[in-house]
Amino acid sequence: MLVQTNKLKATTENVMQVLSAVTDPEIPVLSIIDLGIVRDVIINNDEVEIIITATYSGCPAMDMIAMNIRLAMMENGFSKIKITTALAPAWTTDWMSEDGKRKLKEYGIAAPDKNFNIATDGVECPQCHSTNTKLLSEFGSTACKALYQCNNCREPFDYFKCH
Amino acid sequence: MSFLIDYTLHLADSNLILAQRNAEWCGHGPILEQDIAITNISLDLLGQSRNMYQYAATLMGNGATEDTLAYLRTEREFKNCLLVEQPNGDWGQTVLRQFLYSTFQQLLYQQLQKNTDEQLAAIAAKALKEIAYHVRWSSEWVIRLGDGTVESHQRMLHAIDELWRYTGEMFIPADYENSFGVNVTALKDEWMQKVTSVFEEATLPIPEKIFMQTGGKTGVHTEHLGYILTELQYLQRAYPGAEW
Ligand SMILES: [Zn+2]
Repeated sequence: MLVQTNKLKATTENVMQVLSAVTDPEIPVLSIIDLGIVRDVIINNDEVEIIITATYSGCPAMDMIAMNIRLAMMENGFSKIKITTALAPAWTTDWMSEDGKRKLKEYGIAAPDKNFNIATDGVECPQCHSTNTKLLSEFGSTACKALYQCNNCREPFDYFKCH
Repeated sequence: MSFLIDYTLHLADSNLILAQRNAEWCGHGPILEQDIAITNISLDLLGQSRNMYQYAATLMGNGATEDTLAYLRTEREFKNCLLVEQPNGDWGQTVLRQFLYSTFQQLLYQQLQKNTDEQLAAIAAKALKEIAYHVRWSSEWVIRLGDGTVESHQRMLHAIDELWRYTGEMFIPADYENSFGVNVTALKDEWMQKVTSVFEEATLPIPEKIFMQTGGKTGVHTEHLGYILTELQYLQRAYPGAEW
């Protein structure tokens, strides 16, 4: 396969630029920068080391994210790429960017909310903004989400749990 | 070093086997939301065990990988506690097993996150966020079924009868736990308090002192583990090195 390369200089800024186009395969509206899973970028001559952290221990998207990072970097002309997974400090939804939270809501997923550290009834509906909502299950379609239903507009929705 | 490897494998094995048991519910849960919940818990446990196996593999060297550790060790080499290999039974038995284990795992990992071994500490700290959900979910189910209908109450009594004798082992340290692992004996009182408070709300009795089965941590298992491994390891045993 021929990969078209636009060679970028190895600077932290350029690498972050590339990474901001890599998205979460399960929530494609969020980039890995929005999610806060990129912890550091270390540039050593022409080698770029990218340190990422998993959201949940069993998050099945992590392997794919690492592969997508590698591909995106190669497409931009980087050849020496090292991806390191760090366990500590543990990822938290506090690292999600405000921009990311806004994009989540627009996508139809309620963003992590400090008032709902423990998922309970009342998380704001991303469709109609009512807080008359009901928790259906603390576990949703992926490890990071809980399942809700809005009593006002009757739509079901996901809530990205505080973690 | 050998104790550290055994300890890490013990922690990994308990999680892997419970993950495998819970995964048996996939597509069979009582309702869709709960099917998703139990398999989410399974996935969390699996992820935690992978972190542990990866760590054990780096300590061991010699070509060990997380896969060889999960797929190519025999029954006698597995160090999981007996509780997690017990059959799913009905939904009551499954949620009770989860509750008894998660309550223990939470206390264990709260100490493990302070361990001098930084890698184990990091894995534990991350896992604790997940375990909090497991404890809450399984406590709610134990209460719902214990304090539910005559039938659900009866089934929970049966579940306690099936599982209680496997809980004692968790608090009796194996050799490899003694050297630097968490002092599990010291966790027992707090575990009992937590279990008692949920059982009280569930109108369920704490059993009298009974004989406790032991052996899992040193590789002496109930007959169930062999069947679990037969299924879990089938592909790698039949087609060694298979990848996809
Ligand atoms: Zn609504």
